Amino acid sequence: MKARRSLAERLVLGAPWVWLLVFFLIPFLIVVKISLSQAALAQPPYAPVFALGDGWEALEKLKELSLAAYAGLADDWLYAEAYLSSLRLAAVSTAFTLAVAYPLAYAMARASHRWRPILLVLAIAPFWTSFLIRVYAWITILKDEGLLNHALLSLGLISEPLHIFASDEAVVIGIVYSYLPFMVLPLYNAIARQPPDLLEAAADLGASPTAAFWRITAPLSAPGVVAGCLLVFIPAIGEFVIPDLLGGSDTLMIGRTLWIEFFDNRDWPTASAVAVVLLALLVVPMAFYERSQMAETPS
Amino acid sequence: MKQSSFVRSAALLFGFAFLYAPIALLVIYSFNASRLVTVWGGFSTRWYGSLLENDQLIASAWISLRIALVSALIATIVGTCAAIALARFGRFRGRLAFSSMIYAPLVMPEVITGLSLLLLFVALDIPRGFWTVVVAHATLGMCFVAVVVHARLLTLDRSLEEAAMDLGATPGGALLRVTLPLAAPSILAGYALAFILSIDDVVIASFTSGPGSTTLPMRIYSQVRLGVTPEINAVSTILIGMVALILAVGVLTSLRSDASVRD
Repeated sequence: MKARRSLAERLVLGAPWVWLLVFFLIPFLIVVKISLSQAALAQPPYAPVFALGDGWEALEKLKELSLAAYAGLADDWLYAEAYLSSLRLAAVSTAFTLAVAYPLAYAMARASHRWRPILLVLAIAPFWTSFLIRVYAWITILKDEGLLNHALLSLGLISEPLHIFASDEAVVIGIVYSYLPFMVLPLYNAIARQPPDLLEAAADLGASPTAAFWRITAPLSAPGVVAGCLLVFIPAIGEFVIPDLLGGSDTLMIGRTLWIEFFDNRDWPTASAVAVVLLALLVVPMAFYERSQMAETPS
Repeated sequence: MKQSSFVRSAALLFGFAFLYAPIALLVIYSFNASRLVTVWGGFSTRWYGSLLENDQLIASAWISLRIALVSALIATIVGTCAAIALARFGRFRGRLAFSSMIYAPLVMPEVITGLSLLLLFVALDIPRGFWTVVVAHATLGMCFVAVVVHARLLTLDRSLEEAAMDLGATPGGALLRVTLPLAAPSILAGYALAFILSIDDVVIASFTSGPGSTTLPMRIYSQVRLGVTPEINAVSTILIGMVALILAVGVLTSLRSDASVRD
């Protein structure tokens, strides 16, 4: 390792550093700052606590910091319910995503070498098509007069249309569908890299295929399960588009609450406080995720 | 053994049917002559025709395309720099914070990213429009590019770079003339990923765009909220077709380059 870096090296490191600092880290500090401001009927709609040019006066103004937005969050049960309901829906969706993804990833990883790249492309391809369009497609299917009810009614399986659309169930279906590729990929990687001799050895030692699966394949794929679950769980908590399009008016999710506070109520301090608390909730799973990622790619 | 291969085929069939059936239905019903979703009124391309007359939609499509092209380019340049720093600079100061900031936006809820960038632009008194969306998308895109390119750089054989330097190349020269060409497929994939993320995004764009820079997903979103319309089915089908084309080209070229490496 060299003591001094060349100009080019400093540029290569400095450009992304500065970019992330200005457009990722500083914006969060601003969110925190505004969450501590008072709402105001102004443009922008908050009373600024302190500005960059204030100098020493800023210290005086620190006294004006307001916890009003946080007190508002604590006072109204609706916010606590929205956080809890987001966690619950995200957890249920993650469990279903795992249940759908594991058999698929397993079958992909055990397919012949000729088929694997093709199956892999097929599994990733929907991720490349518009997320919005894929959620939208489910509206056509799940609506009361939609394709699913139409098919079930004409097959005589049901006599009344199912009310799935505009409910929490529809949100879970939407999340499972949208985030499936994020679960399949880490699972596939974790299963495909297990040496096949392990299963042969287990069979030689008298283990049934089922026993071999539960005692060898499943434990060895645990890192993939953890990574996949976090990749689904974390973004699902703050999801906005899916609950807004597929959920009902009583579907509480915190991403939607933030959106409504910001765009409809124009209450920026409350929206910022909602974001800060959400982030605080996500710090633990995000730290887990980052550790699992960095363990994957040692350098 | 026969039994388990049957179960695996069933798992594949069920999994891929779940993934593809909704998309297939959308495409099929975009050619439905009837305005009603569940009534098949015969084959028709009338909704594609009415798209061509929708000037607002076409203007938004152009804005989205320009934002995606520019933001993906910035994301690729800055993200590749980040990947090189992570893969080749060893244990530099602040490495943990740096890599945390690369990984965090990948799972960050979009509403938080959008809100925080909007508040930054307001604090700096920057009017929102084309460039604020570009910056927002580039920030998210560069993290994806960094992860994709970083993964590729780690698998590259370091001895090739060392050989170049033994033959008199400077570290920078070896990077430019050996490492980056070898990592080119991943850099291209990173660009494609950043492009798709940008052209697909509705949440971050809603926060960071201004009047006159309404993107196509924002336009689609406001229509979808009002209900299913055949025109949206048609737009969706066109977008799906474009992505399928890009993917097919990408897969074919990567298969070909794999073959040439093997030869």
